[in-house]
Amino acid sequence: MAAWLSLAEAIATNVHDGDSVAMEGFTHLIPFAAGHEIIRQRRKELALIRMTPDLIYDQLIGAGCARKLTFSWGGNPGVGSLHRFRDAVENDWPRPLEIEERSHSDMANAYVAGAADLPFAVLRGYTGSDFARINDKIRSITCPFTGEVLAATPAVRPDVTVIHAQKADWKGNVLLWGILGVQKEAALAAKRVVVTVEERVEALNAPPNACVLPGWVVSAVCEVPRGATPSYAHGYYDRDNVFYRAWDAISRDRETFNAWMVKHVLKTENFAEYLRVLAESQTSAVCQ
Amino acid sequence: MSTEYSPDEMMTVSAARLLRNGAVCFVGIGLPSTAANLARLTHAPDAVLVYESGPIGAKPSVLPLSIGDGNLAETADTVVSTPEIFRYWLQGGRIDIGFLGAAQLDRFANINTTVVGQYAKPKVRLPGAGGAPEISSSAKEVLIVLKQSKRTLVEKLDFVTSVGFLTGGNSREDAGLRGKGPVVVITDLCILRPDPATRELKVTCIHPGVNRGTLAANTGWKIQFDEECKETEKPRAEELRVLRELKARTAAAHGVEGEAA
Repeated sequence: MAAWLSLAEAIATNVHDGDSVAMEGFTHLIPFAAGHEIIRQRRKELALIRMTPDLIYDQLIGAGCARKLTFSWGGNPGVGSLHRFRDAVENDWPRPLEIEERSHSDMANAYVAGAADLPFAVLRGYTGSDFARINDKIRSITCPFTGEVLAATPAVRPDVTVIHAQKADWKGNVLLWGILGVQKEAALAAKRVVVTVEERVEALNAPPNACVLPGWVVSAVCEVPRGATPSYAHGYYDRDNVFYRAWDAISRDRETFNAWMVKHVLKTENFAEYLRVLAESQTSAVCQ
Repeated sequence: MSTEYSPDEMMTVSAARLLRNGAVCFVGIGLPSTAANLARLTHAPDAVLVYESGPIGAKPSVLPLSIGDGNLAETADTVVSTPEIFRYWLQGGRIDIGFLGAAQLDRFANINTTVVGQYAKPKVRLPGAGGAPEISSSAKEVLIVLKQSKRTLVEKLDFVTSVGFLTGGNSREDAGLRGKGPVVVITDLCILRPDPATRELKVTCIHPGVNRGTLAANTGWKIQFDEECKETEKPRAEELRVLRELKARTAAAHGVEGEAA
């Protein structure tokens, strides 16, 4: 059964230096509070996995927590570049970052393979592209029935998957809805699963086919209201598009980024305090 | 309302016109999403918009800023998981049109969205593939929309992220790719279509006010013109009205303008 823990305890117990870590959420339900806690606890040498690194991994990469990134689209959605990701790839700052680059379809299939305990994913993909030239794990397999040559890629099997969801009950059964992304597959592919939720409820009252992760596949569950902001939680709050835009200026320069991280993440106790400090920063920015 | 229009509006309107009513369209974020929604709000009310984050039949009243905005889910006929959208709906052969943007394009409509320069030490690290490699190979047809310059229409791609007609001729079919590939490329200056034999892109429509010299100066290879090359029809007042209202609603709803990435 899932243990209800504080986020600090959940990360301390489940995310270790050197782990492979998937923190999923396709634009929606991105586990930002958990990402901040990993930075606060100064984890290092992480092999990060995520289809769209987004701001959450821009922050982890810029903070020096990652040695490797497996991904399929690394931009700031609706805005442009992820500057910390680019600085790591282009200039090795703050440290070299190994990258394993795949396509969305491949990553989605690879999580499915991981959840199904298969060693590799099969898809009709990559033909004619340059991917196999830069990623030697993108290979091919011949169908034993038809002779068709298909792409074969390794399953994704993270040490730990971290996701955010709307609700969990006292047993740690987790309910999520809206854009589901690959969270269910990422959770079932991992050795350990940490879930943050908007709220702890007595009963989920979910319809029979709802996306529910039973508490017994979850290692730790934590109540972290607004834990996905500046991404959004369907039914709770909207995406903070203004912050996504503001991140472009915060992250473009190394010193500005460092100062922002120290003030908002490293010097705050938890996500609730982060939200207070952020609100103050935004108010003073408006007043200037 | 002014019927003067910008090159960007000309591009979006011409791209929207090419999405036929009733088509099932897998939509990329940014310019393709703007054009697809303009089509849906004008001549193609029954176009089915599919986004890689899982919404099928999305009918957003404002443009999404990210590929997974909540208004896509709320207005969709159904929302499926990301594995399902790629496995059952795209790879399953249910997509009529893949609608893509591109950072760079070559004469055979191959797309680079990965790097400028060497992969191991790039001059510019671009976002990467997203869903495009499998959209460009599995959709029955592909439309590509991008702004035209010598930096975007290039002689040689540093990286082939998503395939068009590979090295031209029958090379796409010979590689076993299922979809027909890019049937049209829409820019802010013109419309290009592949030659039936060589598969090299040729200009088939030039936007009003643009001349052949401008096109040559904004293309990284020696651009070819179709024998029956025509002038693109100007944006109609109704098209401009719907597009501008859509953009105004988007700005009001999000607090920021859409369409960057």
